Amino acid sequence: MRSMREALAGFRRTPLLCALSIGATGLSLVILGLFGLVAHNIGGAIGDVERRVEVVGYLLDDAGPEQVRAARREMEALPAVESVRYVSKDEALERARRDLVEFSDIYGELRVNPLPASFHLRLREGFRTPATVSETAGMLAAYPFIEEARFGDEWVERLFALRSAATGIALALGGGFALIAVLLIVTTVRMAILARGEEIEIMQIVGAREGYIQRPFLLEGAVTGLAGGLLALGVTRLAYVVFPVRFAAIESLAWLPHLWTAAGVAAAAVLGLLAAAYSVHREVGRAYGPS
Amino acid sequence: MISLRGVSKAYPRSGDALRGVSFRLRKGEFAFLTGPSGAGKSTVLELIHFQTRPTEGEVQVSRYNSRRVRRRDIPALRRRVGFVFQDFKLLERLTAAENVAFALEVIGTPRREIAGRVQRLLSQVGLAARARSRPSELSGGERQRVAVARALATEPRILLADEPTGNLDPDAAGGVFELFRMLNRLGTAVLMATHDADFVRRHPDVRRLELEDGRLARDSAA
Ligand SMILES: Nc1ncnc2c1ncn2[C@@H]1O[C@H](COP(=O)(O)OP(=O)(O)OP(=O)(O)O)[C@@H](O)[C@H]1O
Ligand SMILES: [Mg+2]
Repeated sequence: MRSMREALAGFRRTPLLCALSIGATGLSLVILGLFGLVAHNIGGAIGDVERRVEVVGYLLDDAGPEQVRAARREMEALPAVESVRYVSKDEALERARRDLVEFSDIYGELRVNPLPASFHLRLREGFRTPATVSETAGMLAAYPFIEEARFGDEWVERLFALRSAATGIALALGGGFALIAVLLIVTTVRMAILARGEEIEIMQIVGAREGYIQRPFLLEGAVTGLAGGLLALGVTRLAYVVFPVRFAAIESLAWLPHLWTAAGVAAAAVLGLLAAAYSVHREVGRAYGPS
Repeated sequence: MISLRGVSKAYPRSGDALRGVSFRLRKGEFAFLTGPSGAGKSTVLELIHFQTRPTEGEVQVSRYNSRRVRRRDIPALRRRVGFVFQDFKLLERLTAAENVAFALEVIGTPRREIAGRVQRLLSQVGLAARARSRPSELSGGERQRVAVARALATEPRILLADEPTGNLDPDAAGGVFELFRMLNRLGTAVLMATHDADFVRRHPDVRRLELEDGRLARDSAA
């Protein structure tokens, strides 16, 4: 109670500095929040695409059925492979007629089927990374009767790259601002301590306990961090609502998981507390220490 | 109650403030600590209050020893050793009563006991009538009495005073000194630093510890 009252008195004493601290803490977290939003959604998209990832191998027309069966068994035995589907030449043509209505006439008139038979490999969860996908495609392509192996969506790779970039930028910018926020909180708390220098000295002289003297300042730091965190949450949410972003295949951005937002706000409060602890240690910690 | 054994204190730049100082102050004793400016009087009081630690030797105050004391025990030690300053160190925005209440509050006195104890403490120093005055409305002597009342808030067994009469005219100084004598008769040990030689001479019955250039040059009780 007393600590809270005194922490709030600190805000009244240096409102501009306090606002700056809260603002900087908020800004660093808004940046983390926005990039977090992007990273989270790219992550979601990757998941979607991953589920659809297929490695396709097109067979030469002269592939012998024995060879093909043996190859299929080998493929199925690979740890990364979830299922192997064989699409014959006839099926391929059938599908082409169905899917490509504009060309159904052309396909209808054909006397020779120009479409190759193919293997469609699905990968197990956890193996749907760009590296495994291209590795599996390479293995498929190595069979002499396979003319060509493809793995559809190249943007899996791009999404992965984009997500790493978003995460990297978020951490760099957010980290930079977090550092500024910490320095501002350190200064704010320091000012609060200096403003109460006389009282602190008297408390130390008459024998107040260290915790009693320090608690209001620690609380001030934690509350500053918390306020910055909540501010960031509000601003990020506002940006999320006001600018409905469409992104690649994503219809609308998903909001951040509660765990992320809670962790962000808590981290801000802890950061504020640590910044305050640093100031407290430097400015009032000496009085009882050996010297 | 207080004992210094071979205490030296060196400061990084200014060198030795104290060199091999040893003396004891018994329960309920009264002593002047004298010596010219820079002799080390304040340093001795700061050591006894554990505001600083000796470079050599040891300081013992009741059961607290400067070699072994733990950081978290120091508040308890300070409650047993009251301290008053030449410049009073009162909070200007608070009244006399609030200044005393502040000390009671920060050492965790139950709220409902504070008002009564403030009144008793102010009466004890003869200032009950000025409880609502701010320091700026009080004379120097009155301010020092408020400071003494505040120092007594923790019911100390020892009172350390660093030039408590330094800012006071002779009458006020005499008044504050009489207050110390009275507290001493009630059982509080008093160690009062002063460089006012005349003042000390007028009280030949009081033990006198004389510092000179960081050494204990004379002890009238020895
Ligand atoms: N915190 C400190 N840092 C460095 N030197 C100090 C410190 N405190 C005291 N000194 C030095 O120690 C010596 C003794 O100082 P001290 O204050 O104890 O003297 P004093 O007898 O109280 O003098 P005065 O009558 O002027 O108050 C002086 O030379 C002073 O410069
Ligand atoms: Mg001095």
